[in-house]
Amino acid sequence: MNKNITVRYFAGFREHAGVGEETVSLRAATAGDVYELLKDRHGSQEPLGHCKVAINDEMADWSTPVNDGDTVLLFPPVAGG
Amino acid sequence: MRIINSAIEPDKLRQSLTADAAGAYVAFEGWIRNENEGQGVLRLEYEVYAPLAVKEGAKIIAEAREKYPILNAACVHREGLLELGECAVWVGVTSVHRDEAFAACRFIIDEVKVRLPVWKKEYYVNGDSGWVNCERCAMHAQPERKVAG
Repeated sequence: MNKNITVRYFAGFREHAGVGEETVSLRAATAGDVYELLKDRHGSQEPLGHCKVAINDEMADWSTPVNDGDTVLLFPPVAGG
Repeated sequence: MRIINSAIEPDKLRQSLTADAAGAYVAFEGWIRNENEGQGVLRLEYEVYAPLAVKEGAKIIAEAREKYPILNAACVHREGLLELGECAVWVGVTSVHRDEAFAACRFIIDEVKVRLPVWKKEYYVNGDSGWVNCERCAMHAQPERKVAG
């Protein structure tokens, strides 16, 4: 069954998608599924391990389950400092 | 842990770390330099997702306190557009003796660089610009590959 997920894109992901946030209907069980299903939107060829994810403003793992109504934040490889 | 969009002032920040028991103060400042991977850099733009950067930064400082017997520790990171020579990140630690202050300061900056949701876009001398894909950070994220230091 599809879930309504609000996805937020950051930095290069946002520039590729052309929007900072959108709500999509996806057949996704985990955060990793969201990343894979939205490859055309964020445009990243990076392996999952290089990127990070948060769900509802809490850092999460790619194996973390997603629920209908969740906000998933997709982070490209970070480069602070 | 704080994210700010005005100049970092280390001399003011260090005042928040003072303690009568402190015999050592170690600070790290990350500055904007004019070159990255062979390309001349004019300026940098930092994008920060502040709600999580603050939360994750506080977690890193708490970890440093557990790991090392320090007195105080703090970190400030900039967001927005920065010019050459500006301070992008500051870490300060005080402790009774110097060893733990050096170690904790190193720990905090290393973790900040790979864990905080912060991205930087470089503007190059040749007119191009691009998001920096931190190689060292990518290596750090792979548990099978170890990074020295």
